[in-house]
Amino acid sequence: MADETLFLLLHSEMVAGLYRAAEQGEGENGRCTTKLESMGFRVGQGLIERFTKDTARFKDELDIMKFICKDFWTTVFKKQIDNLRTNHQGIYVLQDNKFRLLTQMSAGKQYLEHAPKFLAFTCGLIRGGLSNLGIKSIVTAEVSSMPACK
Amino acid sequence: SRELFVLTYGALVAQLCKDYEKDEDVNTCLDRMGYAIGIRLIDDFLARSSVKRCRSYSETADMIAQVAFKMYLGVTPSVSCSSAAGNEFSLILDKNPLVDFVEELPAERASLCYCNLLCGVIRGALEMVHLAAEVTFLQDRLKGDAVTEIGITFLRKAEDRKHRRN
Repeated sequence: MADETLFLLLHSEMVAGLYRAAEQGEGENGRCTTKLESMGFRVGQGLIERFTKDTARFKDELDIMKFICKDFWTTVFKKQIDNLRTNHQGIYVLQDNKFRLLTQMSAGKQYLEHAPKFLAFTCGLIRGGLSNLGIKSIVTAEVSSMPACK
Repeated sequence: SRELFVLTYGALVAQLCKDYEKDEDVNTCLDRMGYAIGIRLIDDFLARSSVKRCRSYSETADMIAQVAFKMYLGVTPSVSCSSAAGNEFSLILDKNPLVDFVEELPAERASLCYCNLLCGVIRGALEMVHLAAEVTFLQDRLKGDAVTEIGITFLRKAEDRKHRRN
């Protein structure tokens, strides 16, 4: 779908632009990631409001996580999360084996160190969505082999 | 979905406003980002639409309005030619999806061109098909005008060369 291309391009441009600005002057890398994450946060809050307007109340945390993995992820990335694991004590691991924002980069070790930049926005997205559903959370991401990520 | 794009764009503009104090800086930044997106978007556009080469400026302007805008933003602006020489066009948008969630510009940002990204995108895309152009906003609904109008001025004659994509 054409919309996806627009978003992918905008996102990669955002990442590139922010880092370019940081290199030229003030700010270290850490701040760029924070900016991307906070942008994702705002977008996540807005998106989750629109998606859950008509859905029923969620029974519990696990229900919310399942919603995020299935409906939310499908609307944003056109696919579902491949794997969800939990320790039933508040920690959830979502695994996506073909993360949309990373598929454009070559699968290999070369760009592994740059991958986290592309995940910051999505982490914010999840955190924003959860916060508007009433859950305070910390979201981190890790990439061990492209284009899969957790 | 388009909402994701619109919301992300809004967050981006908000972040840029925080980073830069002057409106012109934000406008320039948006334009530059739009340019970088445009030079890649044109590939995607040509691949999806497989249109033939445009033979005149007015055909190009029509193509942008009727095919490209429709494909990516879901709206079709109307095109009008605003110069006798045939190289200035304006696209008039009654509905601009990028501002769906924006009510009004904050008071201290009166000269912010919220959709300046669009200008950069058009400029970048045209440049990749060897058409130099200047693209600016002539009217902006967010600033109180009746419609949103984008002006495209083609600067050089289109070069005569085959630019077919299969």
